Amino acid sequence: MPKDDLKRVAYYPGCALEGTGHSYNRSTKAVGKALGLELVELKNWNCCGAMEVKNVDPKIQTYLSARNLAIAEDMGFEKVMSPCNGCYHNLKKAEYDLSHDPASAEVNAQLSTKSGHATYQPGKVETIHALDWIKDAVGEEELAKRVKNSLKGIKVANYYGCMYTRPRHIFPEKDKGPGSESTLKPHFMDDLLAAAGAENVDFPLKTACCGGAHALSDSDTSTKLVLNILTTAEACGAEVIATECPTCHSGLEMHQVRAEKVLGRKTNVKILYFTQLLGMALGLSARKVGVHENFSDASSLLKEKGLG
Amino acid sequence: MSEADPFAEVLDRVDRFLASDGEGCKATAQAEAFVADGELVLAAWLAAKGEQPTDETIEGFRLLALHRQGARGDASFNACRETCREIIYLRNVITLYDDDTAECRHQLRLQAMVLRHLALFVGGKLVEAGLGDFCCSAKAVRNAAPADTLSGAKAARH
Repeated sequence: MPKDDLKRVAYYPGCALEGTGHSYNRSTKAVGKALGLELVELKNWNCCGAMEVKNVDPKIQTYLSARNLAIAEDMGFEKVMSPCNGCYHNLKKAEYDLSHDPASAEVNAQLSTKSGHATYQPGKVETIHALDWIKDAVGEEELAKRVKNSLKGIKVANYYGCMYTRPRHIFPEKDKGPGSESTLKPHFMDDLLAAAGAENVDFPLKTACCGGAHALSDSDTSTKLVLNILTTAEACGAEVIATECPTCHSGLEMHQVRAEKVLGRKTNVKILYFTQLLGMALGLSARKVGVHENFSDASSLLKEKGLG
Repeated sequence: MSEADPFAEVLDRVDRFLASDGEGCKATAQAEAFVADGELVLAAWLAAKGEQPTDETIEGFRLLALHRQGARGDASFNACRETCREIIYLRNVITLYDDDTAECRHQLRLQAMVLRHLALFVGGKLVEAGLGDFCCSAKAVRNAAPADTLSGAKAARH
């Protein structure tokens, strides 16, 4: 049953969606609009702490994420939607740390006071992912009714990456039985794309590491990990890998190119954000959902399938 | 099996299997061999950390027990938890089919690719271990000079 309180939520795009993940930002907003959902971007949001700040001090990362939650609360929202796995993970982790670690709560209180804004208290704002948002605000049944260009005939491997479900303890709403997301075999993206007509393949590396954190320090390992994901998806019969994380998405695209250049291994599977696929199923053009901004050129496949 | 680089040997076995398309192998035995190769990978990780790899099992599989042991105190190691479980899942699926069916060979091929992911992930993590966590963190920075950080500075004052 769709939840009305998700029709209008706070939106935290995060830094990646203003850079390499711009087409994810564009397609998420376009899909929301097409489905009659409203996103209200957080005012003056900041970086979630991502990877870099954590290395200096994890508690500062907690504060940075908590500040975004405080902004959402100040704007009157109980839910904040974050499409980036890294941001989603960090906001969830901040919520957990503030509830369970008095030292984190103390640093958060100190820095909030020093910065002159309200101290975020855990339990006030729930962070949700774009997958939760569309699944819970609209649902598969309603989504299927709104499909104008079915994704029928497109074989999709749904790739969630490792941050969407890990560590389990920061996602108390997952693994709650039927209807909830699974950390072992996530399925929300599969459910939504199936409702739009896609043929999901059984893909055993749904939550495997893409080597994103290795991209600079050890590119060869990242390339080999990505190549294995790409070749496994192809072995499963996939024509497209659907993504829901800008870091994974960029990694798959970049290392697909690098695997061909450095290892001489060419793969043909296309990489698209799930929001791009959903948007086209809802009748939006490929341009409207930013397919032209992707490195992975899916234009011929999309044309062949009658999309875009 | 050389103790120097079990990762390279496991990856080589996987590559040779995939190149031959499992020609002439008995699927159920090969599936068990892939599970054993997964155990070798995790045992090498534990040995490198100075730990004795466990002989215990979880849900009937040593691979899962080794993963749990490997992830103790190192949360980022959980990034390969599902990879380990997929290796076992595929082993279980393979036992449901007759050895010579196309579906059985397909599942075995997938199991080999998942094993390759485990070997690449753990091997990469091992290489990085001296420099930092594989997963998004520079352990060396975090462990060094706590007074350089905000919470460290606070602790140093007290």
